[in-house]
Amino acid sequence: MTSNNKFMTFMIPVFSVFLGLFVGAIIMIISGYNPIEGYAALWRGAFGDAYTIGETIRRTTPLILTGLAIAFAFRTGLFNIGAEGQVIVGWLASVWVGIAIDAPFIIHLPLAILAGAIAGGLWGFVPGLLKAKLGVHEVIVTIMMNYIALHVSNNIIRSVLTDHATKTENIADTASLASDFLSNMTLNSRLHYGILIALFAAVIMWFIIQRTTIGYELKAVGFNKHASKYAGMKVGKNIILSMVIAGGFAGLAGAMEGLGTFGNIHVMSGFTNLGFDGIAVALLGANNPFGVVMAAFLFGTLKEGANEMPTGAGVPTELVDIIIALIIFFVASSYIIRWALLRFKKEGK
Amino acid sequence: MDYVIEMLNIRKEFPGIVANDNITIQLKKGEIHALLGENGAGKSTLMNVLFGLYQPEKGEIRVKGEPVKITNPNIANDLGIGMVHQHFMLVEPFTVTQNIILGKEPKTKIGSINLKKAEREIQELSDRYGLKVDPTAKIRDISVGMQQRVEILKTLYRGAEVLIFDEPTAVLTPQEITELLEIMRSLVREGKSIILITHKLKEIMEVSDRCTVIRKGKGIGTVNIADTNVDELASLMVGREVSFKTDKKPAEPKEAVLKINDLYVKDARKVNIVKGLDLEVRAGEIVGIAGIDGNGQSELIEAITGLAKANGGQILLNNKDITNKSPRKVTESGVGHIPQDRHKYGLVLDYSIGENIVLQTYYQKPYSKNTILKPKEIFNKAEELIELYDVRTPSVYTLARALSGGNQQKAIIAREIDRSPDLLIAAQPTRGLDVGAIEFIHKKLIEERDKGKAVLLISFELDEILDVSDRIAVMFDGKIVANVKPEETDENELGLLMAGSTTTKAGESK
Ligand SMILES: Nc1ncnc2c1ncn2[C@@H]1O[C@H](COP(=O)(O)OP(=O)(O)OP(=O)(O)O)[C@@H](O)[C@H]1O
Ligand SMILES: [Mg+2]
Repeated sequence: MTSNNKFMTFMIPVFSVFLGLFVGAIIMIISGYNPIEGYAALWRGAFGDAYTIGETIRRTTPLILTGLAIAFAFRTGLFNIGAEGQVIVGWLASVWVGIAIDAPFIIHLPLAILAGAIAGGLWGFVPGLLKAKLGVHEVIVTIMMNYIALHVSNNIIRSVLTDHATKTENIADTASLASDFLSNMTLNSRLHYGILIALFAAVIMWFIIQRTTIGYELKAVGFNKHASKYAGMKVGKNIILSMVIAGGFAGLAGAMEGLGTFGNIHVMSGFTNLGFDGIAVALLGANNPFGVVMAAFLFGTLKEGANEMPTGAGVPTELVDIIIALIIFFVASSYIIRWALLRFKKEGK
Repeated sequence: MDYVIEMLNIRKEFPGIVANDNITIQLKKGEIHALLGENGAGKSTLMNVLFGLYQPEKGEIRVKGEPVKITNPNIANDLGIGMVHQHFMLVEPFTVTQNIILGKEPKTKIGSINLKKAEREIQELSDRYGLKVDPTAKIRDISVGMQQRVEILKTLYRGAEVLIFDEPTAVLTPQEITELLEIMRSLVREGKSIILITHKLKEIMEVSDRCTVIRKGKGIGTVNIADTNVDELASLMVGREVSFKTDKKPAEPKEAVLKINDLYVKDARKVNIVKGLDLEVRAGEIVGIAGIDGNGQSELIEAITGLAKANGGQILLNNKDITNKSPRKVTESGVGHIPQDRHKYGLVLDYSIGENIVLQTYYQKPYSKNTILKPKEIFNKAEELIELYDVRTPSVYTLARALSGGNQQKAIIAREIDRSPDLLIAAQPTRGLDVGAIEFIHKKLIEERDKGKAVLLISFELDEILDVSDRIAVMFDGKIVANVKPEETDENELGLLMAGSTTTKAGESK
């Protein structure tokens, strides 16, 4: 059963992606576009030259981290809808440290990154605490925390970090993840060192979950609170810890934007969507850290490639959103795909 | 040929194991047919095949002579097959009626649910078979025994002609068992047919007409109950002679390991249910707690193990105060606990057997070092224990969920006894185990005693209490009301004491 299950958890997302692309092609045909041209443009938009490749990886970076933020919580039985807010506070905190502090690179950059993770962790701590102590459902609290993050951050940008401006000044070079080397290599794309941090975070998640007593406890609490209590684990502490770690991952995603891509933070009229896309990434990646990396890369590719579709093939970018939605839909209705795959295997025998 | 159900040459495989290997069982109309076999023999699997939860690899199922394909439980329902699972599937805040009609709601003319009509029908069904169920009661307010009857009603309401019971008596008190057997008799009187899985040979002898035995997935044969006896059934099932009486030398109790003074504990409704209890268990003795369910036994155990708060009194372990200490502290000071509810407390079902074996010790050496787990040590330990305790599983990496009920229980027992704690609390340790396994577990408990450990045994089965304990403490209304020696008492006297009678030996010195 287990080996069969592993095969399925791998095959379902792969199959869903193909099905999504396929149905997307049909939609293009129906709306009068040429799907081959459309996908060719998508490909060019994502991998056409060094610049687009750099931008695709840059887009992938925060998605890996928000995907991890949701997957980590999920593996321990919690639904972290709050990655969005955690991204925003992480972004704000890292930029703040990047601007306000004067220190050599070796101290400044780690400090700014850490600030992002801590701020995100704090944003996860609150719903964790409320769940552990009062039993308030984390979904409700995290959704509210998203709004608090958005408005508090906008307010701080306007009235603390600047004098009614919509954008902060740029962070000090000593706190920047941007790299001339990477940028030059990719025809001046905004590719930065953050991708290494994101990949490292995926390894960290795998290690915590699979190889440490912390992960053992976190998962046990997620599976069965009563048995965990019986075994002497502190259920409340583990719920809080899980939300803090998850929030930390999302906070890092914010730091990637603040210290890598933009070098500042601006007043936001709406959510970044990085946190919400993270939910889809985690789902597609089957909550497995390496699955999340691959799913994030796929999403990064689709989103970056979409830019080329209107100019290259006249296909509106909204179509890419439809394809993404279709892929999610097929993953979510994995029951149908499981059934179809089993069918397929039986016939093949 | 008037078989209502025939399962012919059924084969069902799971990865690494053949759960059913060419098994045949034929059910006559109006009979109670027992299905007997060791833990993991494949009984539940076979019944899940009949109920449409699993598809067999080979074999044929016939209903009233007609070959059928049962690919899901709805088809089983339509064919008149109903199953009473061991773990009930009821919605707690709903009433009995709402639970029963769920998915098959009778409608009024305007399309709303006709609750009144349903209640009437359920009342009628309940009266007809003597179930005594109140259709308007909420599930969370009724006892486990009543919940089981609701499950029975559910199958009857859906028109079941054949009822499958998977270990129905494992969760019941002796009184409830007697009533259930009576209900089964009235069901067959009304023309229903029953397949009964149970490990209790006495029950089989008492109610059933025939019995099919399976061993390690293979059918051994079907016998008429009238032509057989308990010993023959046991040896058919295990493949060797089984002794029902446990041999042991007299206990040599030493210093007190557990000492409880004037303990008070509240239950879920915040009323005192343990009320000023005193108890002592000494090294080298097994103390059995006899009592009717609901007299505070569960709360007593929870208070000792730190799962519930004591709101008065004192618990001493080896003369150290462990009152209201955390479960971890209690475990570390030398308490082992085989919990009554294995699915709720005993196991993380989505963890492998190996991971479950270290549930309380994962953070200690050698299973981890500086918070890094050592999978090799963990699974080696698990290999050792499943071998020693005969836990039948394809591997130590198999999820606990995939083990048969009895083997899950054996894994818990292995884990708790292996730590060799100073005080071992065993709550219903042999619930759901086959006779061979029971014999083995009893031996292990006695071995612990002989090593000088203290054992506290809680069981609703007086046989077990009388057989294994060196001293029996009778619990009634939150207190120990009598201490008796097993060789100086019998089931009748115990029964009276458990019901609160104070005539006989109550108050004898501890
Ligand atoms: N879903 C499953 N996946 C893998 N193996 C399974 C599954 N269900 C049962 N098994 C295996 O099949 C065998 C038979 O299990 P089954 O539950 O039928 O035993 P049983 O006779 O009901 O035992 P018990 O008396 O302990 O309840 C066991 O070895 C068990 O581990
Ligand atoms: Mg079973």
